[in-house]
Amino acid sequence: MNEAAPPAAGAKAGLSAAELAARRKRLVIALRLAVLVVVLGGWEIGAATGLIDPFFFGRPSGIAVKLYSWITQGTAIGPLWLQVCVTMYEAILGFFIGAVLGVVCGIALGRNALLADIFSIYIKIGNSIPRIVLGSIFIVALGLGTPSKVALAVVMVFFVVFGNAFQGVLEADRAIIANARILGASNWQVTRHVVVPSALSWIMASLHVSFGFALIGAIVGEFLGASQGMGLLIATAQGTFDADGVFAAMIVIGVVALLAEALLTAIERRTAAWRLE
Amino acid sequence: MAPAITPAVRLRQVARRFLAPSGHLLSALEDFDLEIAEGEFCAIVGPTGCGKSTTLGLVAGLARPQAGEVELFGAPVTGIDRRVGFVFQQDALMPWRTVLNNVIAGPVFRGTARREAEATAREWLDRVGLKDFEASFPHQLSGGMRKRVALAQTFINGPKMLLMDEPFSALDVQTREMMQDELLSLWGQHQGAVLFVTHDLDEAVLMADKVAVLTARPARVKSLYPIDLPRPRHVGELRYDRHFIDIARQIADDLRVEVLKARATSAENRE
Ligand SMILES: Nc1ncnc2c1ncn2[C@@H]1O[C@H](COP(=O)(O)OP(=O)(O)OP(=O)(O)O)[C@@H](O)[C@H]1O
Ligand SMILES: [Mg+2]
Repeated sequence: MNEAAPPAAGAKAGLSAAELAARRKRLVIALRLAVLVVVLGGWEIGAATGLIDPFFFGRPSGIAVKLYSWITQGTAIGPLWLQVCVTMYEAILGFFIGAVLGVVCGIALGRNALLADIFSIYIKIGNSIPRIVLGSIFIVALGLGTPSKVALAVVMVFFVVFGNAFQGVLEADRAIIANARILGASNWQVTRHVVVPSALSWIMASLHVSFGFALIGAIVGEFLGASQGMGLLIATAQGTFDADGVFAAMIVIGVVALLAEALLTAIERRTAAWRLE
Repeated sequence: MAPAITPAVRLRQVARRFLAPSGHLLSALEDFDLEIAEGEFCAIVGPTGCGKSTTLGLVAGLARPQAGEVELFGAPVTGIDRRVGFVFQQDALMPWRTVLNNVIAGPVFRGTARREAEATAREWLDRVGLKDFEASFPHQLSGGMRKRVALAQTFINGPKMLLMDEPFSALDVQTREMMQDELLSLWGQHQGAVLFVTHDLDEAVLMADKVAVLTARPARVKSLYPIDLPRPRHVGELRYDRHFIDIARQIADDLRVEVLKARATSAENRE
């Protein structure tokens, strides 16, 4: 669009399209920082002047101090890195188990109409149960340790991945499947070489969102009852009316989630190379 | 012709019916008879929606008839047959595979070692003029190039019976003419039987030994025209040949009647 515009606008200032774009990008970044400063500054000033009660709502400087002390001296329930690792371990384990189960079941039901007719009703029922409620059952049944957290993460992930894998199989191009069959593919070869690759973009999209769900599952599980982890850290902070602690834990979880998201995006890029120019 | 020679394809009294969404039965084929000799190039033309693709699907073993017999080389069709090749109307290449990996798919599915399949696939890519594109993905090719990949992918299996469903209808006129010549020369070297569905009557006459005109739905073969134009043929020149024009005109009149009939019934159904 910019290129098509009459040369006057850019040429007058003597700027190329690339320079204009770079300028705009800098402006956006500067404005974003300004928003952050205004919000945090307002919060801090509000807390300092008593407009916002820091006892209930925390204050940015307090959160920063808390984070710093967690990193340097550890938290009330042990070193910070250990809590992060415990939560990540549960989330990753749950994510893998849930994703594998979801993909396998989704493809099996997508490829077999009879299985789909039999199980679809149960999956619908399972999907309608609020999954957080299952957390309590898991803790009662599996105890306060890792298994109950992993189980909750698994169910959080399973339904999302299953739904997408199933849909992805149904969306696979009928002409491509017929072509492969005539070229000589067996049922298994059709599944492996046509159905799975064409469902892959659906599956990847679901993996993307479902890692966040695995993290939620692990944290909620810890929140409900645990001896370690980020969820316990939040629960402990909540129990001592430590608003700064709750916010600090939120920031740590946010950073971890963003890193995981970036990693998944990179993997997705590589698997979908044929789609890109 | 000696009666001992079994035809490549024989359809006898075939019927294929679908359950329409409205609940009543829709007859695509009814009392359909057709024979194609070994090595013969047969083209099918007919009004749109009359049942041409349905016929190919039956021969390919992708679907079963509700009545009648479909035979391949003398044996009833019970499923997908290894001797059959099928070039689809739509793009049916695997978009996540490179050109080379698309072409080797057939032999590898059938158990040939990958290395061996690759060598044969390169020969075929050379033959269809895509030697330098083996590492490209389908979306990086033009429509005509993708069709040539599809041809290589089908021909590498050495089909004795080649089914083609309007394979060139999406191409521009120049590319289509080139592809028609290419197909004729591939077929000339290879000599399987061909069943070629097309909308384009000229295309049918230019390429085939025999043109079958179908009736409006439910389809049957209305008339069969042997095409005695000499081979080898060159589509670009033959197009202006007097004899070709005479044959094409005769078949066109025949086909027009059916197209008008099909249009009348679909107008009726709409009311
Ligand atoms: N799976 C199906 N279910 C219901 N009806 C079908 C199905 N496949 C085909 N038909 C019907 O059968 C008739 C013949 O279809 P077919 O695809 O064979 O036509 P065609 O001659 O190949 O048409 P075109 O020239 O437009 O490709 C059509 O009226 C279509 O609506
Ligand atoms: Mg058709």
